[in-house]
Amino acid sequence: MRIRYFSCLAIVVLVACAVLVSARPPGGGTITGKVTYTGTPAKMRPIDMSKEPTCAKEHNPQAKTETVVTGPGNSLEYVVVYISAGDKPSAPPSQPVRYDQKGCLYTPHVLPLQANQPLQIYTDDPVAHNIHPMPKVNSEWNKSQPPGAPQIEAKWEKPEFIAVKCNIHPWMHGYFAVLSTPHYAVTDAEGNFTIKDVPPGKYTVTAWQESYGTQNQEVTVSAGAATVNFSYKALPY
Amino acid sequence: MKKNVIRSLILWAFCLVVALPGQVMAQDLGAHADGKSGDARNGKLLYQRFCVGCHGIEGNGLGENAQWLDPRPRDFTTALFRWRSTPTGTLPTDQDLYDTITRGIVATLMPTWKPLNPQQKVDVLAYIKTFSPRWKTQKPGTPIPIPAETPEVIESVLHGRELYDKMACWKCHGPDGRGDGPSAPTLTDDKNLPIRPYNFHDGTRFRCGETNQDLYKIFMTGLDGTPMPSFADIIQPNDAWDLVHFLRTLQPFVHSKSRELWLQYAKTHPDIKTIGVE
Repeated sequence: MRIRYFSCLAIVVLVACAVLVSARPPGGGTITGKVTYTGTPAKMRPIDMSKEPTCAKEHNPQAKTETVVTGPGNSLEYVVVYISAGDKPSAPPSQPVRYDQKGCLYTPHVLPLQANQPLQIYTDDPVAHNIHPMPKVNSEWNKSQPPGAPQIEAKWEKPEFIAVKCNIHPWMHGYFAVLSTPHYAVTDAEGNFTIKDVPPGKYTVTAWQESYGTQNQEVTVSAGAATVNFSYKALPY
Repeated sequence: MKKNVIRSLILWAFCLVVALPGQVMAQDLGAHADGKSGDARNGKLLYQRFCVGCHGIEGNGLGENAQWLDPRPRDFTTALFRWRSTPTGTLPTDQDLYDTITRGIVATLMPTWKPLNPQQKVDVLAYIKTFSPRWKTQKPGTPIPIPAETPEVIESVLHGRELYDKMACWKCHGPDGRGDGPSAPTLTDDKNLPIRPYNFHDGTRFRCGETNQDLYKIFMTGLDGTPMPSFADIIQPNDAWDLVHFLRTLQPFVHSKSRELWLQYAKTHPDIKTIGVE
């Protein structure tokens, strides 16, 4: 009787230990890589801001469109790389992410965030803007933000890539990359990305570029760093 | 006796099979406006009689007449509506849509629906709400309150004029309200089709009404699916009325006290700052 009692207790303790170990925030793995292109990408045109002289003054040399931003070694900037399958669902962070309007441009051009994460939109410009995100899955809205207005508080309920524009300044164009995973990164000016704190496992990693669409790759993450590179076929139009 | 029981059982089973799904559908969708409740099954028949030519059999705004119309008929599958009493990004109330059916949309091919009685209009409304899943997952927003109008005095008009300049209204609607501002040629709607800002100078009525309350509502709610944003978060009610009073001065074909006051003021103040100039 007593033996059975102790063995039961031992099993309970073992199970509890196992649960604790698996629930501990997994450190370790990272996914790194580079996003490049082959072919000829469209040329980014200078933006004519002459209708808004206060903004035009802030850009020397002239600002360019950002639909395909290339870097050294055929690299692509502003590509969102994220885990699209194999990830455990996690609660959105309560830390808000910040989107800025500076010199009649959106910074950053592509803002990744998690679904239901608070989003704050600020303006530093001496001219009025309207923020007009155009989602297909979430609800579309459109709000005016004149100079000195407080930040706009928002959040997106469902994962989706949402184009945002300002109707007053038609060249203003950006994206909210709303993701269901906390594991994402945006490529830097050299096309490099690092997704941190990935628990060991098998995943599908997706790259998204606003003009060239999405690509998927399978990757297995163990203790160290896994590498995934993406290459897009660029078209000049 | 036994035969009677069996017969009544069969009748009951028949009723269950035929009537229940209909009941569930009516519960699911529903619409309540003008003190009436709508039935989507009746609404469907009316829709297919009166609405389908423009709004399409699937409610996507692609009926056979749609290609000839500007602006295009509303696409009900996105549940994105311009004329609401609710904040931007939220669904309109049933009453809002009911009012649109009743009023029609001025200067478009959407007529005033005189042939439909109130019950029929609510029935159509219940059917229109079956086209988008948003009606199942979301609730209509809380209507933006419209407080009592402030007096029409010259101070109010002048402050409204400052707001029209500062809020960049003129960038689309133009310094004189003719819809010819610098950004006007670039504007597109939710279908990426060109759209014109409202021309206050030529227009006497707005698409969704003609009162000062309607005007107040338009810029506070914004017109979702168009470039017109909501100003509800940044304009206080008093300021909003000032803006309404100024906008009335842009309309030479609409009699208003504000315009009279403004014309008098402009005569004696030729040096007043032009809108849209730094």
